[in-house]
Amino acid sequence: MQVKINGKQEDVNVKNILELLKARNVEPEMVSVELNSQILDRKDYAATSIKEGDTIEFLYFMGGGVAKEAV
Amino acid sequence: MSSFTEEQIRRYSRHIILPEVGGKGQRKILETKVLIIGAGGLGSPIGLYLAAAGIGRIGIIDGDVVDLSNLQRQVFHHTSDLSRPKVESAKAKMLAINPDIEVATYNERLSSKNVMSIFSEYDIIVDGTDNFPTKFLINDAAIFANKPLVHGGILRFDGQVMTIIPNQSTCYRCIFHNPPPTGLVPSCQEAGVLGVLAGVIGTIQATEVLKLAVGKGRLLSNRLLTYNALRSKFREVKLHRNPKCAVCGEKPTIKELIDYEQPVCAI
Repeated sequence: MQVKINGKQEDVNVKNILELLKARNVEPEMVSVELNSQILDRKDYAATSIKEGDTIEFLYFMGGGVAKEAV
Repeated sequence: MSSFTEEQIRRYSRHIILPEVGGKGQRKILETKVLIIGAGGLGSPIGLYLAAAGIGRIGIIDGDVVDLSNLQRQVFHHTSDLSRPKVESAKAKMLAINPDIEVATYNERLSSKNVMSIFSEYDIIVDGTDNFPTKFLINDAAIFANKPLVHGGILRFDGQVMTIIPNQSTCYRCIFHNPPPTGLVPSCQEAGVLGVLAGVIGTIQATEVLKLAVGKGRLLSNRLLTYNALRSKFREVKLHRNPKCAVCGEKPTIKELIDYEQPVCAI
């Protein structure tokens, strides 16, 4: 089915968010997922099914410029 | 304009000439107090540009000293600054650009113990930290203190920026809930980062600070700006506040600051 992932139209063959993350080799703990403008709870990834036309955003944890944990 | 000295009028003339800034806006910039957390990759461009812009009081907190591996991206620090406390090196560079401002230094780590008293001295908070425990601490403290927070993050070739207006716009915890398990997200040296990315993301953070100070423009609130340097692509992800957010949601469960365990960096 066709869904939009991070702005790109893609054809996916998975049932839920957890399967999608696994298919794309994304560790569920290192990303937040927004489905149709709603941030999902991490514990709901397996229970959240994906439908044709869904808009999905992966939001990644990103650190900063400090080299060590100094702050 | 009468409240400016001759030197200030010349120094800030390219701001004052902008109708959106003007003398009034420059006056606001001079009266704004900004805290920069981290004197590293992001903190450097943020601090240098905000000093140049005439932010009246800049606070900078970092407990580290300058290391050779910092110099690839942390433009506050020169080769001659090796082993010097980062906040001292940062202060010297900001004052060298603009002796018209005040710089306060905190040569320490931010924790639940000192964060609220330090935040109370400033109008705007800017996040230039690497580690997630501190990012969550900063977010929660900004919500409690009701201070606008400009978030920034960089990793490898990607960066992100978002401005948080407490209880009005999406906060860091609305999106990310909790720090990732230690060791899973590369937040330390081993991941690597293209040095210039700190400049791209840090200057966008500084721009947000100036918009907040002047009160003009549309902030990056309720939208996360992402940038990929390899593809030269900016994207904007529209966001909504999370009603289930543990700190700013409908039934907040976090009422005290949390010192999450700091990940231990290899090397």
